[in-house]
Amino acid sequence: MTIAPVHISPHAPAHSAGAVLDIRKLVVEFPTRRGILTAIRGIDLTIGRGEILGVVGESGAGKSLTGTAVIGLLESSGRVAEGEIHVCGRRIDNLPRREMQKLRGRTIGAIFQDPLTSLNPLLTVGDQLTETMRVHLPLSRAQAADRAIKLLQEVGIPSPELRITQYPHQFSGGMRQRVVIALALCAEPELVIADEPTTALDVSIQAQITALLKRVCRDRGTAMMLITHDMGVIAETADRVAVMYAGRIVEIGPVASIIRAPRHPYTKGLIGSIPSLTDRRERLVQIDGAMPRLNAMPSGCAFHPRCRYANEQCRNDRPPLLPAGTSEAACWHLDREEVSHVA
Amino acid sequence: MSLKEQPALTASDISCWFHLPQSWLDRTVLGKPSRMVKAVDGISFQIPRGTTFSIVGESGCGKSTVARMVVGLQAPTRGTFDFAAGRGRKGRLRTQMIFQDPFASLNPRWRVGDIIAEPIRELGLCDGAKETERRMHGLLDTVGLGSRDAGRYPHEFSGGQRQRISIARALAAEPEFLVCDEPTSALDVSVQAQILNLLADLQSDLGLTYLFISHNLSAVRHVSDRVAVMYLGRIVEEAPVEEIFDHPRHPYTKFLLSSVPNLLHPDRDRVPVAVDLPSPINPPPGCTYNPRCPLASDLCKMTAPDSSYLGATTIRCHRAAEARLS
Ligand SMILES: Nc1ncnc2c1ncn2[C@@H]1O[C@H](COP(=O)(O)OP(=O)(O)OP(=O)(O)O)[C@@H](O)[C@H]1O
Ligand SMILES: Nc1ncnc2c1ncn2[C@@H]1O[C@H](COP(=O)(O)OP(=O)(O)O)[C@@H](O)[C@H]1O
Ligand code: SF4
Ligand code: SF4
Ligand SMILES: [Mg+2]
Ligand SMILES: [Mg+2]
Repeated sequence: MTIAPVHISPHAPAHSAGAVLDIRKLVVEFPTRRGILTAIRGIDLTIGRGEILGVVGESGAGKSLTGTAVIGLLESSGRVAEGEIHVCGRRIDNLPRREMQKLRGRTIGAIFQDPLTSLNPLLTVGDQLTETMRVHLPLSRAQAADRAIKLLQEVGIPSPELRITQYPHQFSGGMRQRVVIALALCAEPELVIADEPTTALDVSIQAQITALLKRVCRDRGTAMMLITHDMGVIAETADRVAVMYAGRIVEIGPVASIIRAPRHPYTKGLIGSIPSLTDRRERLVQIDGAMPRLNAMPSGCAFHPRCRYANEQCRNDRPPLLPAGTSEAACWHLDREEVSHVA
Repeated sequence: MSLKEQPALTASDISCWFHLPQSWLDRTVLGKPSRMVKAVDGISFQIPRGTTFSIVGESGCGKSTVARMVVGLQAPTRGTFDFAAGRGRKGRLRTQMIFQDPFASLNPRWRVGDIIAEPIRELGLCDGAKETERRMHGLLDTVGLGSRDAGRYPHEFSGGQRQRISIARALAAEPEFLVCDEPTSALDVSVQAQILNLLADLQSDLGLTYLFISHNLSAVRHVSDRVAVMYLGRIVEEAPVEEIFDHPRHPYTKFLLSSVPNLLHPDRDRVPVAVDLPSPINPPPGCTYNPRCPLASDLCKMTAPDSSYLGATTIRCHRAAEARLS
């Protein structure tokens, strides 16, 4: 065996005190009359201070559920069945509802795709910011108002002293999303869960929002889970990337490796399916078929019905996540020439 | 001009203006004049047969309004669309549309088989039930679905599969011209690849002409022959796809392209220009792009630029001549 290159394995800091978010063997289930549906099937990941972890994968892979499990907002029909979630060294998956409510906003901020769901249409933007801050921080009304203006300025809203008196519907889509970001950050959380924060926005606005998120993580040391299916956003923003498929992480590693040298056949398919802005290929790489349904999970490697390298072993046994170059990947055949070939 | 060379569609000086609804007070008591939204304001283009013409631009610039006018769902306020002769109504090309939201556009109470068979029956394209059935199964196969899917309902399908169903339904009418309004925006990149490959196959097999609308610039680069960039209801630049992407001329086109993250050469230290999307309700005078334009001069703030031509590119910008140099 060769000596592994020096790199920080995604799991190395897993159980160390350094990680802001530490998810261990997380399983999320939905018990139904016709049996238990397991949507998250054992996830391990960590995010360090100031780090942005991108989470990608097709719709239904379990990206949003992972995020909602962390912020403790799973629908009542779902539950964390196994595993643990730690934030800043404290276990949070078993906290009472009230404790969790306190943590949300203070230690963990959340940004969702549709800014209108996060904003109260009946309150001015200023009131929403100051109220949220005063719930979590010992500030006078005047101090909070002062901070609200600074915060809006920081997220790039012009004339914030006028804007704080306005209601959400008076803002454009991009500005609303910036208000949501200000709201998520106003109590200076240690961790931010951002689920498709730019998906509904035009590229010009998207560029502003991602730059803003990055600046916040760098300047304040906030850890961020950035869930998106836009690889371009990931390429410019994330430090590491986790690729999810059917409730599991199939590949995780530094952003440059995942995009330029993906190892897992699924990651390769995903990257190859993206049309390029700079040169025109005849055909896009196509991953035929679709993500399996929860009640019809394939045996062995869940990707095997769509994988052209699948063999007997893949159909019978589930591949573990093992080191592959600077990343880790869950695939039996990484050492086969055609599988590991870097496109 | 021979029939074959005649463009599939010639759009001449098309406008679409909407009256904004006014409050009762404003209208009757205060007597304020009603306000207009110039959603589309004087655009012209031609689409040669068997090619793909794309329209790109930010939200609200008028792309979907153009699409709806082309398929006749919306009447232009001014201007004409000339279609080549074909098998459609009034002897023109037969046109169909694929919508952005594949769910909203499919009747949830109909089985997929009936959804696809309906246009065949409506237009009397097949003789008898057996023949219609066979055609319907053939269409399911064309878009990569199975015969068994005919008996299922739209909600039983994923987003990508539903988009395939709407493509099958559009194809059932045997269109010669297909308008695709954001056909992949609601879909995963993997599914987008499936749909874009399918559209390409259909074009080479059936010789279809496409009007393709998207704000996803890399998808547009992949599918288009010519591209029009719209800003506040006007086409500000139009050119062959390579020209738009490799030699963008208009300041707005340059800005749009620079906003898209490049997968292989990401700019991780990007300092984006703060912009707010403009509103067509109160467009600025002169060139409507002037508040955002780094090259704006006094002339730009007073007079709207006319079209000028640079090689294969049509551009509306006072400083077009300088753009040639860059
Ligand atoms: N029926 C209508 N009445 C009034 N205004 C309208 C109407 N339809 C469209 N508009 C306005 O016309 C402009 C262009 O709308 P359109 O739907 O064509 O935009 P678009 O370019 O397709 O945007 P998007 O990328 O968000 O789909 C918008 O400002 C819109 O609000
Ligand atoms: N409330 C629920 N009840 C049952 N299944 C659910 C529920 N919420 C999510 N799921 C299922 O869990 C899986 C992962 O969902 P999600 O995390 O939303 O995916 P993603 O965000 O990656 O698109 C999907 O198969 C989805 O259908
Ligand atoms: S384990 Fe087998 S089926 Fe799964 S990705 Fe690897 S080669 Fe494909
Ligand atoms: S006309 Fe003037 S403001 Fe408009 S795009 Fe050209 S340089 Fe900019
Ligand atoms: Mg999601
Ligand atoms: Mg539209």
